Amino acid sequence: MAAGRRAGFGGLRLTARGGSLLGKGLLGIYLTVLVLLPIAALLAKSSTGGLDAFWREVSNPEAVAAIKLTLIASVIVVAINAVFGTVIAWVLVRDEFPGKGIVNALIDLPFALPTIVAGVVLLALYGKDSPLGIDVAFTRAAVGLALLFVTLPFVVRSVQPVLLELDLAMEEAAASLGASPLTVLRRIVLPTLAPAIISGVALSFARAVGEFGSLVLITGNLPFKTEAGSVYIFGQIQNENLAAAAAVSVVLLLAALLVLALLTLFLRRRSQHVL
Amino acid sequence: MSSSGEGALPIPGAPSARRSSTRSAARPPAAAGARAARRRQLGVRAIALGYLALLLLGPVAMIFYRTFEHGISPVLNAATTPSATHAFWLSLEIVAIAVPLNTIFGIGMALLLERGRFWGKAALGVLIDLPFAISPVVVGLSLVLVYGKTGWLGDWLAEQGIQVIFSVPGMVLATAVVSLPFVVRETMPVLRELGVDAEQAAETLGASPWQTFLRITLPGIRWGVVYGVVLTTARALGEFGAVSIVSGRIEEQTQTLPLFVQDRFENFDSTGAYTAAVVLALLALGTLLAMNLLTRITRRRTEA
Amino acid sequence: MAIEVSHVSKRFGDFVALDDVSITVGDGALTALLGPSGSGKSTLLRIIAGLETPDQGEVVIGDEDVTNAPARTRGVGFVFQHYAPFKHMTVHDNVAFGLSVRKRPKDEIRDRVEELLGLVRLDGLAKRYPSQLSGGQLQRMALARALAVQPQVLLLDEPFGALDAQVRAELREWLRRLHEEIHVTTIFVTHDQEEAMEVAEQIVVMNRGRIEQAGAPRELYESPSNEFVMSFIGPVNRLGDAFVRPHDIQILAEADGTGTEALVERVVHLGFEVRVELKLHDGREIWAQVTREVAQELELREGQILSVRLPAPRVFAS
Repeated sequence: MAAGRRAGFGGLRLTARGGSLLGKGLLGIYLTVLVLLPIAALLAKSSTGGLDAFWREVSNPEAVAAIKLTLIASVIVVAINAVFGTVIAWVLVRDEFPGKGIVNALIDLPFALPTIVAGVVLLALYGKDSPLGIDVAFTRAAVGLALLFVTLPFVVRSVQPVLLELDLAMEEAAASLGASPLTVLRRIVLPTLAPAIISGVALSFARAVGEFGSLVLITGNLPFKTEAGSVYIFGQIQNENLAAAAAVSVVLLLAALLVLALLTLFLRRRSQHVL
Repeated sequence: MSSSGEGALPIPGAPSARRSSTRSAARPPAAAGARAARRRQLGVRAIALGYLALLLLGPVAMIFYRTFEHGISPVLNAATTPSATHAFWLSLEIVAIAVPLNTIFGIGMALLLERGRFWGKAALGVLIDLPFAISPVVVGLSLVLVYGKTGWLGDWLAEQGIQVIFSVPGMVLATAVVSLPFVVRETMPVLRELGVDAEQAAETLGASPWQTFLRITLPGIRWGVVYGVVLTTARALGEFGAVSIVSGRIEEQTQTLPLFVQDRFENFDSTGAYTAAVVLALLALGTLLAMNLLTRITRRRTEA
Repeated sequence: MAIEVSHVSKRFGDFVALDDVSITVGDGALTALLGPSGSGKSTLLRIIAGLETPDQGEVVIGDEDVTNAPARTRGVGFVFQHYAPFKHMTVHDNVAFGLSVRKRPKDEIRDRVEELLGLVRLDGLAKRYPSQLSGGQLQRMALARALAVQPQVLLLDEPFGALDAQVRAELREWLRRLHEEIHVTTIFVTHDQEEAMEVAEQIVVMNRGRIEQAGAPRELYESPSNEFVMSFIGPVNRLGDAFVRPHDIQILAEADGTGTEALVERVVHLGFEVRVELKLHDGREIWAQVTREVAQELELREGQILSVRLPAPRVFAS
C-alpha cells in the first residue's frame, strides 16, 4: 500500500499546472526574474574588487556602528520576545477573559501594518508630543521599541499551536509525582515549548536584522548613534555607493541566514532525541 | 502549592480548552493553593496585557486619536488631495498586478513542490523563502543591481525602451518579491492534506489534467489560497523599504501610500501623514478581520 | 473485456513491487488480488488502471495494448479504499462527474445518476455532501460514480478496508450481487482472505511482488501449491515442515490406539466453533477446531487428556 501511495504522489501524473514543461518553465522564469537574478547580482556586486574592497566597505566606521547597533538590538529584542512572546501565548491559550478573541486577532497587527505606519504609530505615543511624557525619538531605545513592535507576532504565533496541543496529562502526571508548579514548568512545559520558541526567535531575528520602515521616522537615523544597518545601506544607495551597500547587505544577510541555519540545525538535533 | 497539575502559570478560570472538565475535577479544594494560583494567573495576565497595551494597543489607539483630534474635516481634506489620492490608487494598482501574479506563481509552485518528484526541492524552498529573510532594503538594492541603469540588464532594457527602476514596473517587481512566499506556503499544507486520491479518481473518470485541476484540485485548496492571498495583499500594500529604493519617490508619480506617509511626515504635514497612516491602519485591520474569519471557516470545515 | 497482464515488473527505487507478474482475467470475471501488505497487489491494480506504468511488460484490455495509455483513456472504473469523494460536490455531482466531463446533455446525466443512485440504494441522498454520509454510503457513491461512465473494467482497491465489520459484510454481499447483475470484469484487491474466498470467483494470491497461485477459492484451499498459500488461506497448524488444518484434527471420544495423546490446555468458545488448544506428548502445541456439538459431546475441558488423530500432513518441497 505504501509503495502505491508513494508512486501516486506525482511520478508522472502531475495535475495541470506544474505538469507541463511550459508551466514549469514559466515558474522558473518568474522565480529567476524575482529572486535568483537579484540575489546573484547582489553577491556579485559585493565581491567586485575582491575581498579587500569588501572588507574596506564593511569596516568603514559608520558601517561598523550600524551593523553593531542592528545586531545587538536584534539580539536584545529577540530575547525579550522569547520571554514575553511565550507569556502572551500562554495567556491567550490557557487564560480566559472578555475580549480575548480581539486581543488574539490583534497580535497579527504588526504583521499586517505597513512598517512606516508602525513608526508613525509608535511616535504618536512615545515621541515628541507623547501624552505619557516619554520621548524616545532619536534614541537607541527607539530602535529597540520599533523592533519589538514589528517582531511581536513571531514567537507568539509559533508557540500558540504547540501550547494548544500540549498534552495536559503530562503536566498532571508530573504533579502527581510530586513536582511543584515551578518544576513542572521548568522540566515539562518549557522543554516542550522550546522548539517553537526557538523557531519564533529565529524568525524574529531575521526580521529584526532587516527591519527598515519602522526605524526611519522614529530613530532619526543618526550615524553612529541610531543608524541601523538597513538605514546605512539605504543611505549608501542614495549616494550611489552600490558596492558599499551590497557589501553591508551581504553581512546582514549572512547574519540572518546564519542564525536561521544554526537554529534549524539545533532544532533538528533536538527532535531526534525527543521523537 | 497547587497539585492540580496545571503548572506554575494560570489555571483557566472558565473552561477554555477542551480538557477543562478533567482539570476542574482534578483540582482539590485546597483554598490557599487555589488562591495563590489565581493570583499568579491574574499576575501573568496583567503582564501580558500590559505589554500588549504599551506596545500595541496604546500606540494604535493614539494614532486614531491624533488623526481625528481636530475633527473629521481636516482628515477628509488631507485624504482628498491629489497627491494622496494618487498615492492611494497607485498602491492599489501595484497590488492589483503583484498579487494575482504571486497567486498564480504560488499555486503552481505549491503543486510542483507537493506533487512533483525531483531533486532540489529543498533548494527551491529556500529560494522561495528568501524574501522572508532579506531586508526590504536589500531587495530594492538587488533589483537595482539587475534592472537599474547600471545593472546587469540595464543596457538591454534601455535598448528595448523599457524602464523598470524609478517607475511603476520596478515597484510592482519589488512588491512582488517581498510578498512572494505567502500563497506558496499557505497552499502547500492544504494540498498535502487534500491528497492525490480525488485527483486520480477524476482522472480515471476521464477528466483531462486541466479539468482535474479546475474542478477538483482548485476547489479543494481554495481556502488555503484565499488565506495566502490575504497575507500577500497585506504585505504588498504595506511594503515600504524596497519600493522606496526602486521608486525614486517622485511625488504624484511614483509614490505609494506608505511612501506618501513618509513624505508628508518629513514635510511636517502631520495631518496628511496621520490620515494616510490611518487609511493604511484601517486596511490592516480589515486584513486582520479577513484572516480571522478565514481561520474560523477553515477550522469549521476540518471539524465537519 | 478480458484483461491480460504479461511479465510486468515495477520498482520504486530499490523496492521491487512487482517481479515478472502475469495474470489473465476473463471477460466478466470477478477476481480478487489477495496478499499481505507489500505484496504488490495494489501496484498491480494501479498498473492495470493506468495510474502507474510498468517498467517492463504489457497490459492488454480487450484486444488493446494499453500499457502506455493514460488512465483516462482506458475506460476503467476505479474505487479507492478511502472513497476519494469530491468533497465540495454533492452526491449527485460526484456521480455525474464522469458524464459531465464527457459533456453529456443534462437530461441524460440526470437520468443516469438517478438510475445509479437507485442501483446503489442511495436514492434521496442526491443533494447531500460527502461529509454527511457514512463510510458505507460513501463507498456506494464511489461505486456509482465509477459505474456511471460504463467502464469496461471495474477495479477496487481494498474497497471495504476502512469500514466496520458489519458494514463490510453487507457490502461484500452487495458487491457480489451487483456483479451478477452487471457483468463487468471486476478485480478487487484485499488482504482479507475471508473476503476473497467469499466474494471472488477467482483468487490470485500474491506475495512479495510475485504470484503464488491463481485459481478458484476451493482449489486454493484444498490444493495449495506452496506453504505460503496454505498458511495465508485458511487456518493452519505448523508442525516442522508439515501443515495440518485445525478442522482436520479429529478428537477421539475414546483412545483406540490410532491416535496420539494430547493435553487440553485451553478451550475457547467462539460461538459456533470451539477452538481447542492442545499439547502433544512430545511438547508440540497445536489447535483443533470442532463444532459446539462435538465439544459438548466430548465434554472438553482444560487439563483433560485425550487422544487425537492427525491427518496426513501436507509437506511442500522447498
